[in-house]
Amino acid sequence: MSKQRPNYLAGLGSVLWLLVVGAPLYVLVSASVQSRADYGASGPLSLPRHFTLHNYIDDFSTGFGRYFLNTVIVTVCVVAIVLVVVPPLSYTIVRSRGRVTTAVFRLFLLGLAIPAQAVIVPMFYVISKAGLYDNLIGVILPTAAFSLPMCALVLTGVMRDITPDLYEAMAIDGASSWRVFRQLVLPLSRGGLSTIAVFSALQAWNGFLFPLVLTQSDSTKVITLGLYNFRTQYGINVPGLLAAVVLSMVPVLLVYLFARRTLVQGLMGVGGK
Amino acid sequence: MTTTVSKAAVVAERRTAKRRTGGVGRPGFAWALPATAFFVLFAVVPLLLVAVLSFTSWNGLGSPRFAGLDNWTKLLDDPVMLNSLWLSVLITVLGVLVQTPLSILLGVWAAGHQRNRAVLSAIYFVPLLLSATAVSVLWRTLLDPNFGVPSQAKWLFGDGNLLGMQSGAIGVLVFVGAWQFTPFHTLIYQGAARAIPQVLYQAAQIDGAGTVRQFFHITLPQLRNTMITSMILMVVGGLTTFDTVLILTQGGPGTDTTISAYYMYQKAFKSFDFGAGSAIALLLVVVATVISLVVVRVSGYDKMRSSVEGL
Repeated sequence: MSKQRPNYLAGLGSVLWLLVVGAPLYVLVSASVQSRADYGASGPLSLPRHFTLHNYIDDFSTGFGRYFLNTVIVTVCVVAIVLVVVPPLSYTIVRSRGRVTTAVFRLFLLGLAIPAQAVIVPMFYVISKAGLYDNLIGVILPTAAFSLPMCALVLTGVMRDITPDLYEAMAIDGASSWRVFRQLVLPLSRGGLSTIAVFSALQAWNGFLFPLVLTQSDSTKVITLGLYNFRTQYGINVPGLLAAVVLSMVPVLLVYLFARRTLVQGLMGVGGK
Repeated sequence: MTTTVSKAAVVAERRTAKRRTGGVGRPGFAWALPATAFFVLFAVVPLLLVAVLSFTSWNGLGSPRFAGLDNWTKLLDDPVMLNSLWLSVLITVLGVLVQTPLSILLGVWAAGHQRNRAVLSAIYFVPLLLSATAVSVLWRTLLDPNFGVPSQAKWLFGDGNLLGMQSGAIGVLVFVGAWQFTPFHTLIYQGAARAIPQVLYQAAQIDGAGTVRQFFHITLPQLRNTMITSMILMVVGGLTTFDTVLILTQGGPGTDTTISAYYMYQKAFKSFDFGAGSAIALLLVVVATVISLVVVRVSGYDKMRSSVEGL
């Protein structure tokens, strides 16, 4: 907390990194509001001369709206599943001392390290056998399952900070587990709940591998797949492509704007001690 | 008659015992069941299945056939496979070497409480929000030799097509990985740096230590555990890089950036050799699991401590 001399070197470094982060984002946005001709003539680093939203409108007319809707459906369902199953799980991990619970917690911790690629072949097998191939449900289930470990870790950390006195107070009132959960644990872990909601939403929104392997037709395509195909098909229409990239990030940026603190604190907790 | 009485007595006794020890609010295992069942079904079972499938031959249609060690012996003879392992390791190590110093410096810097630092950290965070797909598409476009930045900045890029040569393509993959994931590691270090007790710095100042000495003698040693956690996350992330390779290089030029995760995808979903794909996937799991066991041990997560106690 003591006053220090300003560290100019660090200041310079931080500005340099701002350039590394900011310059590509600038090109992204500025290219997306130029016409193809303008962009072709003046290149990525120039200032946009004539502002146009044409690229965005074009994207929507080429099916991007459908991808957008699919992504929304996947995201909402994944968040709903996470919010239903993770809180009771974390509550159990925090409050019950059994050997089984410890084993379950270890299982989820190990799950943190299972990369989606590792299970993608059997997932394809399971989803196909279940008749869910090329169906959004087939994308939603594995996506939700794979955001469980991180969500459980975050929420468990939050619930652990509820002091034992509060449980004892409820115990004196003779409350059942369900009442303790509903009236004490859930309200006090509201911050953690929004963190896992935001986190799993982000995962679902940006998911790529599961949709890539588990869907096929245009009607089940999500945004990330749309971007991927768009790039291979219309590689030359750079402004249109970049407008699609911008579209894919708008909802995420909005969430970030409103839930920054929640998200950042949740992720900070992951690094731990 | 006697049995019911004794049962009631046992139940009553258990209830008072529970109350004495504050047992209320200790839910049974049933509470954890939905999440656990779900996770087992979609992560653990497939993980076991991948082991089984690695000993079969399956083309995606019909049923897998047992094939013994076929996939494994073929993989050990496959130069592309061996090269892909080497490339995965190379890209991962380069990623750790680039990202670690960067994120420590940025994280420690961002841990200060000035307003401008808070604002800049918020901006630094943005790349992490983008999907790997969006990031890869963006960089692929930026680096396009004809329509991208290289066409405008010949002084920096020459007329080289970065993605057209191996060193360039690997450099791009490492750079793009760093661009996207440095924010996450910066955040981890920022949190850890804030947790370092100020007393240490005050003592150092009294002893006349400058900023640089404070950094090397207090900050870095105090961040040791965080460094381990962060580096292990980088290793797991690096070994499983996939989207970036698929979009930026398609494993090319030739097989110059065909890393294991991408080779697995190619084998399974392009050549429809799901057995071989499973074998590669299993290799990835083994490596990732070993690393994760280390994480759990080192970081003390498994001791189930509260994050408010101690540092």
